[in-house]
Amino acid sequence: MAREKYRFNTRGGRVFDVFNVVLLSAIGVIALVPFVFVIAGSFATEAELATRSFFLWPETFSLRAYESILTSPAFIRAIITTILVTAVGTAIQLLLTATMAYPLSKSNLPGGRVVLYAVIVTLVFGGGMIPTFLVVKDLGLLDTYWALILPLAINPFSLIIIKNFFQQLPAELEEAAKIDGANELQTLWRIILPLSTPVLATFALFYAVGIWNDFMSPLLYLNDSSMWTLQMFLRQVTVATDLSIVDADPSQLPPAQGIKFAVIVVATLPILLFYPFLQKHFAKGMLIGSVKG
Amino acid sequence: MTILGSTESNAVTATEVLVVPHKKRRKGVRAHFSQFKWLYLLLLPGLIYFATFRYGPMYGAIIAFKDYVPFLGIQDSPWVGFRHFEDFFSSPDFPRLLANTLILALLSLVVAFPLTIVTALLLNELRLNIVKRSVQTLIYIPHFLSWTVVASLTYLLFALDIGPLTQLINGVLGTDISFLTDPAWFRPIIVLQDIWKNTGWGTIIFLAALASVDTEQYEAAIIDGAGRFQRVWHITLPSIRPTIIVLLVLQMGQVLNTGFEQIYLMTNALNRQVADVFDTYVYFMGITQGSYSYSTAVGLFKAVVGVILIFGANWIARRFNQTGIF
Repeated sequence: MAREKYRFNTRGGRVFDVFNVVLLSAIGVIALVPFVFVIAGSFATEAELATRSFFLWPETFSLRAYESILTSPAFIRAIITTILVTAVGTAIQLLLTATMAYPLSKSNLPGGRVVLYAVIVTLVFGGGMIPTFLVVKDLGLLDTYWALILPLAINPFSLIIIKNFFQQLPAELEEAAKIDGANELQTLWRIILPLSTPVLATFALFYAVGIWNDFMSPLLYLNDSSMWTLQMFLRQVTVATDLSIVDADPSQLPPAQGIKFAVIVVATLPILLFYPFLQKHFAKGMLIGSVKG
Repeated sequence: MTILGSTESNAVTATEVLVVPHKKRRKGVRAHFSQFKWLYLLLLPGLIYFATFRYGPMYGAIIAFKDYVPFLGIQDSPWVGFRHFEDFFSSPDFPRLLANTLILALLSLVVAFPLTIVTALLLNELRLNIVKRSVQTLIYIPHFLSWTVVASLTYLLFALDIGPLTQLINGVLGTDISFLTDPAWFRPIIVLQDIWKNTGWGTIIFLAALASVDTEQYEAAIIDGAGRFQRVWHITLPSIRPTIIVLLVLQMGQVLNTGFEQIYLMTNALNRQVADVFDTYVYFMGITQGSYSYSTAVGLFKAVVGVILIFGANWIARRFNQTGIF
């Protein structure tokens, strides 16, 4: 097919090809440039940040901004909190989703269809922000990290996709387990879940990125600023320009502008580190989620 | 094509018939259910979750018709009928919120959506696979960043005086605009963020559709002397039309769902007039000011209109070419 295209190449076509490569490369660069700027800025001195508005490489290399935030107890606490909440939250959410998807994948389970319809309803309709807030409040979850994990524990879309995946696994394997005397609990744990690792990994990433990036839940449910996650901390520094939260060493003048750059870099770093996996698995996940017939 | 519908197979596996003999099934309801006990046990945590965090709030939404007093609780707070809805519809906030929300949705529909299709078409025309893959790798990155990071980048790039984009645009226009607080620049910046974050990622679904276009049609068109643009116009676009329509339908159902986080982070005292949308208004009225019932009424109105829009758009899409999403 590619060769066919070349055979019927025209001059106009070739000009277009060059134009196309240039244009798309420019689009790619636009996606990347803000990061390069922020990374460069995080290593620059305050004087440079005050005088040069744009650069991709700092003139004088400085680690002052990172020193300030990495010696800030509030910032370290926010990082550790966010990592823990993301790890524990992802495990809980994935486990809940998989254990619910398995019984729903059994078409002969009495009541299964009713539950499935109840799940589908939640895809198009929800109680809204305030009633959800009141549920969290009435359960006494305000100002606890559970509020960041439990209200979003099962994503109905993920649930349905995992259920569909379980359904198309070969039934013979489960039958063999049953004959060997295993109950469904053991079958799920020993046979179904190990067979589904790639799919589960994809949804684990979905959940992990969701928790790491979540800003709305901590905004709604965490009043105590000592409990804040990285996203809340970031907003306080960059959007609200409140550097008091960093609580940097007062004996040295903290690099106010550099701190903003450095906090953005740290908040983005894990996403960039995991990006190769994210790209591969998310693209796949998005396509199973939407094109599946 | 069904997205929401399940592809339920009614295959009762061979073992169920073999292992569970008929006699056992007839033993009665209790015996019947006991064979499913492990499955019900597995279902239980999920059921509790949906009852608590999905259906709980739906029940709680009845406070839209009550005067919710925290110490009385949802059940015992007094009913007030549609008073909160009447208050909302007659307040000057309503037309303003509606206009702000619809304008943002419309901008996204006419600017961001076509841009995604065009980018996908351009990527599809790339012949060098290396370039294609590198560009894709780059333009997918912003999708994974939180709105907090995107907002932070925006605040740096558009910072007063020193921000690179502030200097660039003010330099070109010869103006002295403060982009982050100027109400006239709120919408362009929101659309810009939206494009930067989501255009690349949005191309995935179109690229998948483009990959499945029958290549024989192209070969036939080439032999008939069709140029490149003619091929795109007469073959490529018509063959991804169902995808375009489905996504358009999905987006129309989301018209009132301006992303809360994005708008909230870009809202400040000076641009509230154009920035307030239903989602952020619910937050400010409910959480900041504590008017639980009133803000729940606003949220409920939004949710109900949202459901109507989804089904309405789906109905329209079906009438067009039988490819609804339900």
